Amino acid sequence: MNAFSEIKLIAGKDLRIEMRSRILLSQVLPFGAIVVLLFAFALDPDRGILARVAPGLFWITVLLAALLAIGRAFSIEQQHGARDGLRLAGLDGSSVFIGKAIAIAVQLAILEAVLGLTVVVLYGVEVHGVVVLLATASAATIGLAAAGTLYGVLAAGLRARETLLPLLLLPVLAPVMLGATRAFEDGLEGVPGNAWPWVALLTVFALLYTGVGMLAFGPLWEDT
Amino acid sequence: MSEKRQNRDDRSALLPRAVGRVVDALTLISIGALTFFGLWASPADVVQGDAQRIMYLHVPAAWAAYVAFGITTLASLLWLWPRTRSAVWDRVAGASAEIGLIFTGLTLLLGSLWGRPVWGVWWAWDARLVSTAVLFFLYLGYLAIRAVPAEPIVRARRSAITAVIVFIDVPIVHFSVDWWRTLHQKATVFNPELNPEIEGVMALTLWIGVVAFTLLYVSLMNRRYQLAYLEEGLEETALDAAILQRSGGVK
Repeated sequence: MNAFSEIKLIAGKDLRIEMRSRILLSQVLPFGAIVVLLFAFALDPDRGILARVAPGLFWITVLLAALLAIGRAFSIEQQHGARDGLRLAGLDGSSVFIGKAIAIAVQLAILEAVLGLTVVVLYGVEVHGVVVLLATASAATIGLAAAGTLYGVLAAGLRARETLLPLLLLPVLAPVMLGATRAFEDGLEGVPGNAWPWVALLTVFALLYTGVGMLAFGPLWEDT
Repeated sequence: MSEKRQNRDDRSALLPRAVGRVVDALTLISIGALTFFGLWASPADVVQGDAQRIMYLHVPAAWAAYVAFGITTLASLLWLWPRTRSAVWDRVAGASAEIGLIFTGLTLLLGSLWGRPVWGVWWAWDARLVSTAVLFFLYLGYLAIRAVPAEPIVRARRSAITAVIVFIDVPIVHFSVDWWRTLHQKATVFNPELNPEIEGVMALTLWIGVVAFTLLYVSLMNRRYQLAYLEEGLEETALDAAILQRSGGVK
């Protein structure tokens, strides 16, 4: 089996499990939506703050929801000895990494689309610079998925992983949060020129963590 | 010590005992010198007054933190490299990260104490402050991973890989935060005139501080390493005792 079909196998498996269990749809998405609502309670909606800080709130919500999605991506391997089965299948570590990261990225993309729409409607955001917004979201999503998969496997199988994962992941993802928020702000303010350096930073982050993940996932995966 | 310990190609201390003693003595002497120069021999700053004296601790603490995290990364890479793999590097990495975290915390705390009288605020959203805070949390996460019990080799591999990933993130954090603060807001608190060139006794004091903190780092490393070695021995002994007890029960 070549690397491409291995990746397709893993990503397909994870997405199929999601299709059948609908954890993202029935739990993670509603969680994101309630966070979006809670921000409106915290920051009085009448003062016009919400629309201005919408990019930051959007990405914080995505980050929190991503933690759940990443945790879920590895908890499905815990049950019924799935992890051992996967390890015995003789797949390449880097293929498993890419496969799982793609599955997470697809879920995050759906999450971002729905939450983005919610934010636009509820916070009254005027959308400008669609191209730069899409480029930002793509680069950020790949970065989130790559770093998330890498740290997900680090925490997988450990006691207290639910509390460990956020502590490990959030500082690492701080640059993604920062870059994506600034790029969204610039895009929405109609100065997409300022956003492109941030998109470049997000791309570098995504590439770096994809590379490190492909190298490190195998040995970590063997140990879990 | 049991035979098992002696069979291991391992070292129980980083420095020979005599060298360790000398380092400890030099650490105490240099801290004494730093106290004298920092509090008496150096003049109060024209602009900042006595608050500036905090810099004699703040800057060396930051320096020691960078050294410590650098050593953690280096030791982790040496562990990952099959030819140099040894439990020694795992202990060095862990010990150095712990000490580095303490120095980072100290840097933030001292900076905050200095910022209050000089800037008028405990905290400012300055690029260096923010990236130092993120650095603190990155290594807190690393130590949290280290604290999870596992087979020694599994734990060492997991820790070494984490250390490398964390280190890769440091320049990205630094770069992004730097960008953020310079692109969107002109520095308001960091007035260049507040940071004049330092000369004479003040510069000397700062250098004594750097030497003192470096020695302190080495001295603490030596101790923490020994402690880590003893802890591992204790785990083994406890395991042996538990096995003996079980097998005794079977008889």
